[in-house]
Amino acid sequence: MDNLLSTREACGLTLLNMGHKEKDIVVLDADLSGSTNTKKFAEKFPNRFFNVGCAEQNLIGTAAGLAIGGKIAFAGTFAMFLMRGWEQIRNTVAHDNLNVKLLGSHSGLTNSKDGGSHQCLEDIALMSCLPNMSILNPVDAIEAEKIVINEVYRKGPSYIRMNRLTTPAINTQDYDFEFGKAVEIREGEDLTIIATGTMVSEAVKASEMLKKENINARVLNVHTIKPIDKSSIIKCAKETGHIITIEEHNIYGGLGSAVAGIIVENYPVPMKIMGVNDRFGESGDYNYLINKFGLNEVEIIKNAKKLFGDKK
Amino acid sequence: MMDLKSEDIIKLKEKATILRRHVIKMVYSAGSGHPGGSLSCIDILAVLYFHVMKHDPQKKDAERDRFFLSKGHAAPALYATLAESGYFPISKLDSLRKNDGYLQGHPDSSIPGVEVSSGSLGQGLSCANGVALANRLDDNPSRVFVVLGDGECDEGQVWEAAMLSAHYKLDNLVAIVDRNGLQIDGQTEKVMSLEPFSKKWRSFGWHVIQIDGNNIEEIIKAFDETENIIGKPTVIIAHTFKGKGVSFMEWINAFHGKAPTEEEMIRALEELK
Repeated sequence: MDNLLSTREACGLTLLNMGHKEKDIVVLDADLSGSTNTKKFAEKFPNRFFNVGCAEQNLIGTAAGLAIGGKIAFAGTFAMFLMRGWEQIRNTVAHDNLNVKLLGSHSGLTNSKDGGSHQCLEDIALMSCLPNMSILNPVDAIEAEKIVINEVYRKGPSYIRMNRLTTPAINTQDYDFEFGKAVEIREGEDLTIIATGTMVSEAVKASEMLKKENINARVLNVHTIKPIDKSSIIKCAKETGHIITIEEHNIYGGLGSAVAGIIVENYPVPMKIMGVNDRFGESGDYNYLINKFGLNEVEIIKNAKKLFGDKK
Repeated sequence: MMDLKSEDIIKLKEKATILRRHVIKMVYSAGSGHPGGSLSCIDILAVLYFHVMKHDPQKKDAERDRFFLSKGHAAPALYATLAESGYFPISKLDSLRKNDGYLQGHPDSSIPGVEVSSGSLGQGLSCANGVALANRLDDNPSRVFVVLGDGECDEGQVWEAAMLSAHYKLDNLVAIVDRNGLQIDGQTEKVMSLEPFSKKWRSFGWHVIQIDGNNIEEIIKAFDETENIIGKPTVIIAHTFKGKGVSFMEWINAFHGKAPTEEEMIRALEELK
């Protein structure tokens, strides 16, 4: 997989590749197949691709039916619009533990120019509270490919969160993906920055800059937000004593909330939850918005120093 | 479809009466539930499970015909039908809505014979479409049946799904609308007009059959007709009576979601013989 692709492009290519191998894969989209990249599969396997039009509730219901009929159903649209079918996801897909894989593209702020109506900062929260639902958030194209392949063979519903823009490469092709297992991508013993998706690269940058100030920040990539890797998170709390979480999502109900719950119950340490501070998005350049909303290495460093206070 | 002898029709009518008795007893025992909409669609379920559908309660054959109860509040009717078909013991019917009970208040896919959980309205046709598409991909000749409520057709998703069935020419799918004319808040035409209902379906690309949905012979004839419709889905608009079979429940909206008292239960069972 070309690691300079966006996760949505990697996902689209992987579906195409897997379509040759696994005849039970079907793909659905709600009139955004060009944007989500499910079009690649559609062009190669027109009989196994179903465009439902811009009708997201029916997208979910039809995917559920295909899964009941024995298919591995991948259903894609913008992350924001998938949430329109939340009740269908809850009552059918999650409740009946169906083999439906939800592909939410353009998540977070990555649909930057389209503005708040098209950006999605609430999806992790909405998917987290659903029993049976798994949440996967690939960090780069290589991880996206491995996640999609894994989901073809893992039974049960999942939400795969993808972004519009190319994310910096974190992994190499020999990367070994393990469902539910967080990945330590930078060592450190003073602090752990627990990040997911697009924010992992910001965490890496922050870790490198903090090193110059004699703070060794571990970076943990949480690609599986649910079921979350509880033991790795507790281990980080024990070994580093300070936690920062960062995600391109509302500060409520996302990765930070999940990590906080684990930390508070098991090994309380000083912690900071970084994300979009309970507001909607707006139009603008992606990098402009990321900085405006404080989702960058500079803010991570500030928060790291605050956590330490005078101790470091 | 084989020619039906009059004795077969009598048997189906008797079966429908047995199912109605179950419904009354179940809902009485549960102390809550939806007798009205269960009784209105029960003749349709009787014809489907005991005459039309290919299904074997003993094995989950991939080539079984599939049934979806989109109007999930008619769960008592479905459960009674499944139990009488042999999917689970009739004795289990008494567990409806009870603590740790075998039978949930609305259809739950953990129950043998229930293809998908339902209860939140408007979702069954989408699921049925998905199964019909999967069957077509697999060259599976089995058919898909889905019962919707008329009030349920207020839901926008029903029409999203109706467009899809016609777009993909799903002639392996039959929808039946239990047109009993009542929904929780009153008459469908007062709450949210559905008429011209058949024209709506026709304009969405469906073959439409209208029948008296509490008349076994007409139901059988309608399902016979669906077998000859090629290239488009069929909807049977089944004009029924809510509470059908129990005089004091018929067309009485109070029995949409209310259990009978003990006295009412006894009277109802007296009538259902």
